[in-house]
Amino acid sequence: MSSRLPGRAKQEISLTVNSAARTIRAYAMARLLDVLREELGLTGTKEGCGEGECGSCSILMDGVLVNSCLIPALQARGASIVTIEGLANDDRLHPLQKAFLECGAAQCGICTPGMILAAVNLLDKNPQPSLEEIREGLSGNLCRCTGYLQIFEAVAKASRNEVAD
Amino acid sequence: MAGSEHGIVGASVPRKEGRDKVTGAARYVDDIRLPGMLYGATVRSKVARGKIKGISFSPEIDWNEYIIATAKDIPGKNCIALILDDQPCLADSVINHPEEPVVLLAHPDKYALAKAAEGVVIETDSLPAIFSMEESERRTEIIWGTDNIFKSFLIEKGDMDRVWAEADFIVEGEYFTGAQEHLYIENNGMIAVFDPVTGITVWGSLQCPFYVHKALRVLCGLPEEKVRVVQTETGGAFGGKEEYPSMIAGHAAILAMKSGRPVKIVYDRLEDMVATTKRHPSRTRHRTALSKDGRILGGEIDLTIDGGAYATLSSVVLSRATIHAGGPYFWPSVRIRSKAVATDTPPHGAFRGFGAPQSLFAMERHMDRIANVVGLSPGELRRRNFLRPGQTTTTEQVIREPINLSGLLDKSLAHARYEEKKRKFSVENKTSSIRRGMGIAAFLHGAGFTGSGERYLDSVVGIEGTADGSVRVLVSSTEFGQGTNTVLCQVAAETLGIPYECADIAQADTTIVPNSGPTVASRTAMVIGNLVRSAAIGLRQTLQANGTLKESYTPGEFVDACRRHVAEKGVLRSLARYSAPEGIYWDDVKYKGEAYSAYAWAVYVAEVSVDLTTYAAEVEDFVALQEIGKVLHPVLAKGQIIGGVAQAIGFALYEKVLWQDGRMLNGQMTNYIMPASCDLPSIRVIFEEIGNPHGAYGAKGIGELPMDGPAPAILNAVVDALGVPFDSIPLLPEDILEAMTSHSISETDSVPTESPS
Repeated sequence: MSSRLPGRAKQEISLTVNSAARTIRAYAMARLLDVLREELGLTGTKEGCGEGECGSCSILMDGVLVNSCLIPALQARGASIVTIEGLANDDRLHPLQKAFLECGAAQCGICTPGMILAAVNLLDKNPQPSLEEIREGLSGNLCRCTGYLQIFEAVAKASRNEVAD
Repeated sequence: MAGSEHGIVGASVPRKEGRDKVTGAARYVDDIRLPGMLYGATVRSKVARGKIKGISFSPEIDWNEYIIATAKDIPGKNCIALILDDQPCLADSVINHPEEPVVLLAHPDKYALAKAAEGVVIETDSLPAIFSMEESERRTEIIWGTDNIFKSFLIEKGDMDRVWAEADFIVEGEYFTGAQEHLYIENNGMIAVFDPVTGITVWGSLQCPFYVHKALRVLCGLPEEKVRVVQTETGGAFGGKEEYPSMIAGHAAILAMKSGRPVKIVYDRLEDMVATTKRHPSRTRHRTALSKDGRILGGEIDLTIDGGAYATLSSVVLSRATIHAGGPYFWPSVRIRSKAVATDTPPHGAFRGFGAPQSLFAMERHMDRIANVVGLSPGELRRRNFLRPGQTTTTEQVIREPINLSGLLDKSLAHARYEEKKRKFSVENKTSSIRRGMGIAAFLHGAGFTGSGERYLDSVVGIEGTADGSVRVLVSSTEFGQGTNTVLCQVAAETLGIPYECADIAQADTTIVPNSGPTVASRTAMVIGNLVRSAAIGLRQTLQANGTLKESYTPGEFVDACRRHVAEKGVLRSLARYSAPEGIYWDDVKYKGEAYSAYAWAVYVAEVSVDLTTYAAEVEDFVALQEIGKVLHPVLAKGQIIGGVAQAIGFALYEKVLWQDGRMLNGQMTNYIMPASCDLPSIRVIFEEIGNPHGAYGAKGIGELPMDGPAPAILNAVVDALGVPFDSIPLLPEDILEAMTSHSISETDSVPTESPS
């Protein structure tokens, strides 16, 4: 039976997730997306297409925005991962989370965790992006509800530190 | 119409479930795991049409590990109960389309399950199949009923036999729209649990809890009280989770009943795209008689939609398409014939707009064709034919509200700087390899169920007081991004004069909420909102009648009264039932009368560029101006319009379903292209508010409207830019290339050549 499972045998993999050290047992080729959701219970990371096109499963891995559906679990060994659950500090929302709420940037919410992480990544690299840079920076994340414009507005608002406390 | 005294309606309050969505705490169906849960998979037909000879199972797999179910395991009736009940839950002897479900498997390990599904072979004898509306009309094969027709309608007004003789111009056109995939980012999914005592419970991603409830009752052969349906957070729907969730819930239920364990079925993207519903492809023919000054004397409209292999919702999609086919224009005479035909493709279904985007695409492209023949500008031709108060629609519904469509057109054109840009482009286009154009679409969208539909639905809404003194709205109307939770709580809070934070909404669970009907047809804010208001008034009256609450009160006094009542009496609940507005008359046989209690009206303007090197058309600027009654929540309303326009830009320019023998070939996000963040223009949203006496605080429907206008506005702009008629969507670069190279190019629309200036 093991021959038809990904990666044949489970391995011990240690990594840091949202600042906490974690050790899990997973098949080497299991998708990091599944490991996060099923082994660690971090279901805020969503699956939209399973082939790296929609960006719903976006996370930050060692500071790089990646599609977790394309990352084999073993590749995350020793890595530092940030998921949507790692953004709010206790009950204090991240400025981007607040801006998304204020601007109507989350409708159905399924693309929202990935979209917010893409926006975090964008603002980390470029704290004051132009509208064109925001469009470009979020182009790997698909949203079917909003038509994106209110998402751009939210990112611009957060970049200007205009989010109410 | 009640005004917004407390300023809650009309304010952009925080989305009720917003915090959970931005923190990742919101629980969608795939986020739920139950102890002992199995995963379910669906084995589907490869052929389009045939007879099932047998089912074989690969000897390499130990099938003892698997729960296997076929049609023989269905405890009740093998159908998805909806309108005609013609669609089986699992094909038993006959296959009618590719991807038709035949066998179900369940196993604790989803990786093993996916592999095992490949080891099941459905052996079939193929039968001749038909894949196009034309083949279906020719009846070379009869695949449904006696004539391949699911439903047809005829609307007749005035005297069509006389108008041709009086006409100065007769203009004909034929228009096509393609299938469109919903592409909600959350794929379909359901979890079912069966208990021999309490019955079947399903949790899942869905729009219409009581549609699923009805389907499960019939399929499982269980009484009403032994079926429970609970909506989980739903990641987009757009009509795509109106009817198909009943199928998936049925499959999960069959496996749960057979295994005695919880079963989860979540589709992957490919399965969701190739197996579930899409927008009906359409063909519309117009033949219009006009006076020499461009007034419509009458016309014939012949509309056909492709329903796929089973009737499902095609009859009602066709109804809305038919009623919207004449657009926002006055037709002294008209004859509209329409039909939904069968093909051996997966059934097409509900999709935002529900037939109206198809027939309005044809109407609005045809208006530009007429303008060209008559020699009027597109704006002026429309102005001369707009419906005015006191005139009647094609179904002879009198327009009673003070709508001024010419005024909307003027404003929309001004926002778009239409005239100035037309002049500029007509000069620049002569020498540029980037051609630019402007296009208009004027349209209407009826809110709520058509005709007697709302009466049949007989919706009931509840509101209850809670122990902490707040109130809770009880509806089966679901949230899937559009803002149901927020808007209905606003209406409740506004009506009761309490803070928005003191109103909440129950999860849509059929054991808790009354049946307020399906969450479709742009009916929630308008129809259900109004019922929430009635129920809230009833709640207040209960408190006032027994002296717990004074005639005039502060929010604090209300909360206190509510708390005391619940503490003393246990329950504080008020229900409101739909009653049709006075003077609403509809004849289902003649298709005449008040088709909708309210229409939203709009004029959209698109600015488009076409690069003659790549032949790609792009929308450069977009003005979306609409009258939608009262705007209950400006940020959410704007989001509905922008999102709808974006989806319609995809419908017009990007999203092409490629078919081969009835099966979608490009069922992936990598080869079915929806607009990404770089593909969309500035979309400027302008609201006009004339109110609506039948809607909550004057609201009309809004969700579907923005799907109707963009495609014809964009195509009209492409035609304006290139001088070549395009009458079919989606319009991809290869389609433009083909037309530009095969069209008999006239002087005026030839491709500019390099000049040695």
